[in-house]
Amino acid sequence: MSAISISKESLKIIMKNKDTILRKKESVTNSEIPKVTGITNNKSSYLNVQVYSFFKWLLPPVFGILMLLAIWTLISHQSPNLPGPLKTWSSAVALFSDPFYDHGPNDKGVGWNIVASLQRVALGFGLAALIGIPLGFIIGRFNFISRMAAPVISLLRPVSPLAWLPIGLLVFKAANPAAIWVIFISAIWPMIINTSVGVSKVPQDYMNVAKVLNLSEWKIFTKILFPFALPYMMTGVRLSIGVAWLVIVAAEMLTGGVGIGFWVWDEWNNLNVEHIIIAIFVVGFVGLLLELALTQIAKKFSYE
Amino acid sequence: MEKTLTTEKANSDRYVQLENVDMTFSTKKGDFNALKNINLSIREGEFVSIIGHSGCGKSTVLNLIAGLTQPTEGLLFCAGREIAGPGPQRAVVFQNHSLLPWLTCYENVYLAVERVFGTSAEKKEPKTQLKTRTNAALELVGLTHATDKRPNEISGGMKQRVGIARALAMEPKVLLLDEPFGALDALTRANLQDELMKIMAKSGCTAVMVTHDVDEAILLSDRVVMMTNGPSAGIGEILEVNLPRPRARLALAEDTDYNHLRSEVLRFLYERHAKKAA
Ligand SMILES: Nc1ncnc2c1ncn2[C@@H]1O[C@H](COP(=O)(O)OP(=O)(O)OP(=O)(O)O)[C@@H](O)[C@H]1O
Ligand SMILES: [Mg+2]
Repeated sequence: MSAISISKESLKIIMKNKDTILRKKESVTNSEIPKVTGITNNKSSYLNVQVYSFFKWLLPPVFGILMLLAIWTLISHQSPNLPGPLKTWSSAVALFSDPFYDHGPNDKGVGWNIVASLQRVALGFGLAALIGIPLGFIIGRFNFISRMAAPVISLLRPVSPLAWLPIGLLVFKAANPAAIWVIFISAIWPMIINTSVGVSKVPQDYMNVAKVLNLSEWKIFTKILFPFALPYMMTGVRLSIGVAWLVIVAAEMLTGGVGIGFWVWDEWNNLNVEHIIIAIFVVGFVGLLLELALTQIAKKFSYE
Repeated sequence: MEKTLTTEKANSDRYVQLENVDMTFSTKKGDFNALKNINLSIREGEFVSIIGHSGCGKSTVLNLIAGLTQPTEGLLFCAGREIAGPGPQRAVVFQNHSLLPWLTCYENVYLAVERVFGTSAEKKEPKTQLKTRTNAALELVGLTHATDKRPNEISGGMKQRVGIARALAMEPKVLLLDEPFGALDALTRANLQDELMKIMAKSGCTAVMVTHDVDEAILLSDRVVMMTNGPSAGIGEILEVNLPRPRARLALAEDTDYNHLRSEVLRFLYERHAKKAA
């Protein structure tokens, strides 16, 4: 959830800065060009402006990160157990020089752990999409089913994802499918709910067109419901992948095996705090990438 | 022989028929009786306008004929059969055009053509035929240049034309138009009215149009149905428009018959059934 709000904020910042870039260009062409005579000069001043505005765009986020590092350094000076940024950085360089080593099931490179976690998320999330999206369409389309599903959804949705883990372990009798089950059950709700809301918001005018034409249920789905609900559905998918990535770390801490969550737990047992901090950054970074990728896909799918 | 002829005649005289139709909506504040005891017969090939103040129930009448709503009381017939629900033989041009924004103009029309001519088992036409029909419909309304544009890329007048093209491409028995030109500027409206007149003369299908424009009603119609104000609105008067066709807008402006008809409708609307300011 927090990752979403951050990315929105940064988007806003980018938008604002685009504006400033444009304005900058205009003011330059108005005031400075008359003074400059040579074409080459003109070009280089234009380049200068571009470089300048690029730095102006870059500055705030860089400041933010520097501030984070400063606070971190300050705290690490107060608390001797917490490694500072420099120590963590050198440890990260060592770690990522060989991310894909494999020394048996209990000692794999950090790369393998990330891949294992992504695989679980992909499976759990994929299954959730496979079931949740069609379910959302059915719930949105048929009032009876919507009323039927409403109490079940409102009862199960607020349940904390990890509360489902014992059920998973009990039914599947293995850690890995149990972790996937937790991802599945926590990622399915945003997709069901957003898709069904989208479908139920289809304007009556469009449905009247369908009625006058006597369209088949399949045509209604492909030509009206699906295109209309698609942006809603993509919002659900985006929220779901965020939730899935949030939950995987916690689930893996409990189930063990290979995975970024388990890795964090393992490094805690080794008291390797640098690696824990690295893991936090890695989780944040991967989450950001997932979010960005899905935002891009969602943009492609909107018809406006 | 004699008998079948007379029944056929009766059928074409009462091609669309409303018998003692009552419409009551149940709302949160209780029942609202919108229409009371509507009786109306429409001949085959006739163009009928329904005119009345806002909120009197014009759209409701049209939706009843379309089959989109069911009357609480009374019966509706089309071509001798009871109207049980909506269907492509009664095409609707909606007040707000109702084009699907994710489809191009061509695809919007094609969706209707495909449904009417490309799916029924006994007379399924090949794809090329469907394409020809779609292009012909768009050409009829002068939109060949905009076929691949989305509705949000074209003007309001063009959208309304696509809506008309979609309805006409279905070759309906009855064309239902709900204030088809209401949202347009006066010039575009006049153009489209002229085009619609030509198209209707060619196709000869029956049409019911809702409007609140007196000139539009008289120019296009064979009869103008004037509705009283709601609640419990009914048909106040029916005016025969016996002006010869084809009708020319400019010539009619000075025609005494036309001006007489015009003042009749105006008197009905603004003297006898004036709407109190809300
Ligand atoms: N689904 C509905 N539920 C409740 N009341 C309705 C419903 N549809 C229409 N009405 C009421 O019935 C009356 C007639 O509505 P209708 O839309 O037919 O008016 P209209 O003559 O088409 O008006 P306008 O010229 O503004 O389009 C109105 O008072 C309206 O509030
Ligand atoms: Mg209306």
